[in-house]
Formats: sequence, structure tokens, C-alpha cells
Amino acid sequence: MREPISALDKLDIKEKRELFRRVAIVGVDESDEIGIVPHKSALQLHAEAARNALADAGIDKSEVDAVLTSSAGSMSSVQLAEYLGIVPVYTDSTMTGGSSFAIQLEHAALAIATGMCRVALITHGQTGYSDRLRGVERPSGDPWFPARQLEAPYYVGGAVGNYALACMRHMYQYGTTHEQLAEIAVATRKWAQLNPKALMREPLTIEDVLSSRWVVYPFHLYDCCLVTDAGGAVVLTSAERARDCRKRPVWVLGAATAHTHLTISQMPDLTETPARISGPRAMAMAGVRHEDIDVVEVYDSFTYTVLVTLEDLGFCAKGEGGPFVSGQRTAPGGDFPLNTNGGGLSYTHPGMYGIFPIIEAVRQLRGECGPRQVPGAKIALVNTTGGTLSATGTLILGVE
Amino acid sequence: MAQRAYGKPLPVPSPETRPFWEGCKRHELWLPYCPRCQRFFWYPRDFCPRCFAWEVEWRRASGRGKVYTFAIHYRAFHPAWEREVPFVTAIVELEEGVRLYTQLVGVDPDPKHIRCDMPVEVVFEDVSEEISLPKFRPLAQEGGQP
Repeated sequence: MREPISALDKLDIKEKRELFRRVAIVGVDESDEIGIVPHKSALQLHAEAARNALADAGIDKSEVDAVLTSSAGSMSSVQLAEYLGIVPVYTDSTMTGGSSFAIQLEHAALAIATGMCRVALITHGQTGYSDRLRGVERPSGDPWFPARQLEAPYYVGGAVGNYALACMRHMYQYGTTHEQLAEIAVATRKWAQLNPKALMREPLTIEDVLSSRWVVYPFHLYDCCLVTDAGGAVVLTSAERARDCRKRPVWVLGAATAHTHLTISQMPDLTETPARISGPRAMAMAGVRHEDIDVVEVYDSFTYTVLVTLEDLGFCAKGEGGPFVSGQRTAPGGDFPLNTNGGGLSYTHPGMYGIFPIIEAVRQLRGECGPRQVPGAKIALVNTTGGTLSATGTLILGVE
Repeated sequence: MAQRAYGKPLPVPSPETRPFWEGCKRHELWLPYCPRCQRFFWYPRDFCPRCFAWEVEWRRASGRGKVYTFAIHYRAFHPAWEREVPFVTAIVELEEGVRLYTQLVGVDPDPKHIRCDMPVEVVFEDVSEEISLPKFRPLAQEGGQP
């Protein structure tokens, strides 16, 4: 079942690269409040983030002609456009879990580059924390579908149980340790301490992680992301329109998508994510090498997600993610700045986190990050993961 | 009603999976097989997901395999599992080469007593009139193994 990465060879990278040069990211922001926001609906968080990101860009809502989101119900972009009072000519409700927004960004860039639209608004708003207080139930879907028949009879409870299965295989096959996973949680917390918007800012030690309770073995509590309420938005437009925007443009140097499975029993190899496909494709399109990348934002639903993704992106060899992250290498002051906003582990994670690493990468490239700024950051890699390590969207972003 | 007492989601056999669930009811493990690829595949479909041949067969499996990976659940995210924690989910790789999502039974839910690649065999749990769920336990001959 395993597909070779040779699909890469068929991609006309040069043409795609040229197209994407016509497009810029010009606005990013969160909703007014993030963290625990029980007094606002998910749509309110969408709207606040949209208003804030448009203000960041200096673009009026009346200019938006493309709407992209996956977190406003089953016809997400249709619902969102109605709510915001937008009649778009380009629409995208692509739902690949937490990777939706990076993948939608690739779509938006292509749509702008080919003249299908001029200003694209990607938004996210989700009340993962407050939904539980309100007893909001997720629709369970068609009982004839594979996961309902073949997984739900054994386990109901979402990502944590299945990511634990993947992590366990990695630990067995490559000797990855709980301590190495804890390194990621601790380094990420140190970044969160530099971000006033982060929910969790108290000091955290390796010992704290290792002595926290088991949720699903091999995950301790601090191996798992937060569950919060938050909104975020990203605005893209043409290179010409970007010249008149408030901030300097951030360019989409590379973008790629891949998915390999939805249900965990169908994952070709539990120690490999589709980032091994989308990562090399995005980097080849951008024409960058690993040493060219100044800052990395990787979806951290769990500490393990980070470790395995770094391997799949080629920052280290398969199986060497544990040693790679050891010694607080990814913490502030380390030689590999990673998840500089504090990530889903310590900053915010409303259920789908994938728009926030894009926002952080743009801010780093603009030099807006204050005490957590990576000095002179010119090229950022964003990798977001959705489903059960199912679907990835990799972006290479840059400034001149 | 059995379902109310049982509490967990019950599988609803679909046209494609019915032979699998009927086999389970007889306490036999049956898997879809592609004669063109000469390989088993999982999960059941009317066609082979590798070569897209639409002539597929059902064959009885040995019921033996090994633990590809496992997870020990200390927290129940669904009320029906509350009295059961800690329990162990697993992906079992069958001798026939396919991997099933399942639960391990007859093991101490302790990482010291479970390991990947541990040999296991199928057991069936009759959970309703219609449904017997395949679960896996350590292979009898290997019972004393660490």
C-alpha cells in the first residue's frame, strides 16, 4: 500500500513556484480573546479574527472575494460567508482536520495567482473547551462507515488513543523515550512563557512531565495539547495589491499537501506521517535546504507529533527524532527554534490548531515577536497535521 | 435491551462487511482477499484497494498474529468504558498481513507485561444477538513469556 515519494518527480515545480510569486500573505491575527472564552460562540471568534487580520492587512471586508474555512459546520465556508456578509466568487470548505488551513492557504494562493479571486480570507473559530461545558455533541455520522464499524466498538475518545498507538510503535522500533518526549513539552513551555497570549505560562520541568498522570500510555498529561477556545485568520492577496497593504508581504515559497489514511488501522507505517511527502515537495518547490530554514512551526497535538514530523520533514533521520530534540535544543536560545508561540501544548489548541502556526510564522518573518523573536528570521517552515496523523499541509514562507 | 446494558457502540454490518460479521458470529475470522494480488486486504470493500480489481474473495484467517502496537487507556472518554479503565487497545498484525484495530484481553494492563510483536490469537466476545467482537489475547503457548 505504501506509495513512493516519486510522485514528486512528476510535479512541475517551476511553474507552481512562478504562480505563487504572484501572491502574498498580508494579514494575520487571533480573535480578541483566546484561551477560555465561554461567553463567545465559535462564529464570534471567526468574525473577530477576520476583522483583526483584515485590519492587520489594511484591507476592507468589501474587498474579500474568497472565503476558506473548515470549522463553521458541514458547509463551513458557506456558513461563514453568510455570517460575515460576504458573497464570494471562490469558496473552500476543505476539511482535513487541523491541516485544513495550510491546505486551504495553498488553494487560496493558486486561486489568486490564476485570477479566480483577489483577496482570500481564511478563518478559524472553535470552542473546544466551552463545547464540553455546554454539552455540544459531535455528529457521529453514518454507522456503515469504516471507523464507526471497526474502531468505535473498541474505543471512543478521539485523537489521543490513536496517537498513543503510533507513538508506542515508534518507541518500540526506535527506542524513543518518555524523557525525549518530555523535552518537547518543556521547550515549548519556555516559548509560551515569552508569549503573553499563551494559556500555560508556569515553569515546567522534565520531572513535572514524567510525574504527571497517564492519559493514554505512552502519553503523560503534559504530552497532550491543551483544549481551548480560540479564533485565527489569515488574509492573502495578489502581489500588486500587497504593495498597498499595511505590513510587508510574506511570500509563499513552497506549499504541498498529502494524506495517507483516515482510520489508524489503514496508516501504512505507524512511525511515518504524510509529511514525508508534503515536506520534500514544499521544500523542492521553494528551492530551500534544511539549513536555510530559520524557524519551524510544527503542529503539536502531542509531543510525539512534533518528534515524528521533524523526522519526516528530514531535519533528522527516521528514528532519530528523540536524540534530535534532546538537551532543550528546540527551546529559546537553542539552535533549532521550534513552535515559538508556545504551540498547542502551551499557547492554545481549540481542537484544530493549524491556523495558529501560520500566524506565528508570519509574525516571526515580520519581526513582530518581541522577546520570542528569532533574530533575522527570513524563511519559516510550517507543517500542520490533521486527523490521525492522516493529512499534512507543509508551507515554506519567506520575506526578502 | 442488550444494547442498553452493553452501552458501547455496536457495529452495524454494512453490505461490504456482512461476511466478516457473520464469520465473527460463528467465532471465525474471515478476511477479504484479492486473487489478482494474491494478498489479503483490510477493511472489506467490493474491490481490492491496491489493484482495483472487483473480483474479491473471502477466506478464513488463522486468527493468529502479533501486536503491532498498543495503548493503555487510563481515562474513559465515553461512559461505557468508565468501569473498564485501564484497558488496552491495539493494532494487531495478522499472519495474513493485514492490521486490525482491536482490544487486548487476558493481559495485565501494564507496560511491563505487554510488548509490540507479542504473539496473540483471536477471541470472540458475544456482545449482542448479532454481534461478536474479535479481540485478541496472548497466544496460549507463549503465555509465560515476558
